Amino acid sequence: MGKTLAEKIFASHLVEMPFDDTWVLKLDRVFCHEITTPIAIADLQERGMDRVFDPKKIKAVIDHVSPAKDSKTAEQGKALRLWARRHGIADFFDIGSNGVCHALFPEKGFVRPGCALVMGDSHTCTHGAFGAFAAGVGTTDLEIAILKGVCAFKKPKTLKIELTGSLPAGVYAKDVALAVTSALGMGGGTDYVLEYSGPVVDSLSMEGRMTLCNMAVEAGGTSGVCMPDATTVEYLWPFIGPGGEALFFTRDEALTEYSQWTSDKDAEYDSVITIDCSSLEPLVTYGYSPDKVQPVRTLGEVKVDQVYIGSCTNGRIEDLRAAAAVLKPEVRKGRKVHSDLRAILAPATTEVYTKALEEGIIDTFIKAGFCVSTPTCGACLGMSNGVLASGEVCASTTNRNFSGRMGKGGMIHLMSPATAAATALEGRICAARLGGES
Amino acid sequence: MKQLGGKVLFLDKDDINTDEIIPAKYLNEDSKKALAPFCLEDLVAPGFDRARDLPGKGAIVSRANFGCGSSREHAPWALEANGIRIVIAESFARIFRRNMYNCGMLAAELPFDFIAELFRRFSGQVTELRVDLDSMVLRFESKESGALEAPLSLGGFELAMLRSGGWLDFAAARY
Repeated sequence: MGKTLAEKIFASHLVEMPFDDTWVLKLDRVFCHEITTPIAIADLQERGMDRVFDPKKIKAVIDHVSPAKDSKTAEQGKALRLWARRHGIADFFDIGSNGVCHALFPEKGFVRPGCALVMGDSHTCTHGAFGAFAAGVGTTDLEIAILKGVCAFKKPKTLKIELTGSLPAGVYAKDVALAVTSALGMGGGTDYVLEYSGPVVDSLSMEGRMTLCNMAVEAGGTSGVCMPDATTVEYLWPFIGPGGEALFFTRDEALTEYSQWTSDKDAEYDSVITIDCSSLEPLVTYGYSPDKVQPVRTLGEVKVDQVYIGSCTNGRIEDLRAAAAVLKPEVRKGRKVHSDLRAILAPATTEVYTKALEEGIIDTFIKAGFCVSTPTCGACLGMSNGVLASGEVCASTTNRNFSGRMGKGGMIHLMSPATAAATALEGRICAARLGGES
Repeated sequence: MKQLGGKVLFLDKDDINTDEIIPAKYLNEDSKKALAPFCLEDLVAPGFDRARDLPGKGAIVSRANFGCGSSREHAPWALEANGIRIVIAESFARIFRRNMYNCGMLAAELPFDFIAELFRRFSGQVTELRVDLDSMVLRFESKESGALEAPLSLGGFELAMLRSGGWLDFAAARY
């Protein structure tokens, strides 16, 4: 019997099984940010164990509240900064080079097929887009990961999600992610690795695959995974090819090596679902859980007070391009976002911001009346900027619409960047008109 | 082994998420105790009145997928800061469940029917939960409704965490 990708990663990273149901894995990477790491650092210090297992395998970023908004968040940033310095963690990203962790670390080439990695953040499942096992953990697990480079998991079950057909125009990876969350329900993927496969995944860019894997945890999934292929190799080539670490001289070599990190054809899955993507249309959430999804077309009249484009789900360059393509033809006609709302763009990383500037995308957003924020997690979790007042509604490209998340009494509707851009223009939730730039 | 237990807080809602247990805006607090006043601040659940119902409780009984959402260990910490070290539910989100055991706290699943029976019999009454880890029994009791017992089923990891006080001491010594 063949093995799934998750089973292969577990088998190759196993340190021991101290109990029947517990696999302790050796970690290739430990990612850290300033919200969940400082308490781990403080605890290690208190215990006289202020050490790291390998400074090269630890990557850290200040992203959730950047720049700091008050003294408490400034202290959190300071704790991470000093810790990174003290332990020689060279890959530490602060203002000027930072970005939302799940967009930044892949962009730096840190995630490779076959990797096992953890971070104190639930959306760590994003990194599985590279054929890695990537799981969010709490502070105690993070603390041991930092100190010892190991983490314990239950044996993974794998749920295969076959995405068949092809995406109609105007339908994006985010719509697929919402369709999957809706199909599984909020706890439907608990203790499963969600393995996305089929022609739709094959045709997605790495950005699209990251969007898909990002929302695995919204159905309870431990990690999302996509099989590494030529698209993966192309994305990683600057880091693994002769211009980078020179691990490979040709893309074919890389592809051959990475193909070991795919599920076998005769792998046995614990569960399989199929979604025909050809019939999908732009989707949106309603209510306070991400599995409450319906077509934008059937939502009815929903006026919005704020539009937010950004986050680890949809703040990448491709997302900004899709939104700008909706805005640009209207901006050319002198049109702006609806006067009853404010619109915020938060490019996910410094590199995304720079590219968007070069491509004229930022210009389009500003002319449309968006404010452009520094790369940060921002409004997504209501911890720094873009907080809603009670009774306000936000059209958002983020991943969670829990009650109170973006501010007490606020309502969040999750959607794709193209839908968010169209909504910004109209002042009510609506899908982008097909055809885009004419 | 130490006795676990306390008065039960009934939360009649599926999918209680970590934002409801402790909102993100308090994640900049630098101590676990500082989270105490904000625990369950944004939770809206049938019959739940935070000021009346939270004080003095040692355990929660809830429905499906308890603790979904973010990875924040602040969720179990905020519960613990209010004296709650036990959550009994139909099911849990993976990270929350692991965080509970990593802190040496109990997150135990009971079948749908049994949870429904608990709500039917004890909800709204002063109910005491006793957890006996030697005989592996959960015992719920109120003056009005008498006692109801359920077998507690835990794996090796869970028992070891409850006995050792959590993952940190265990793993720091072992790896």
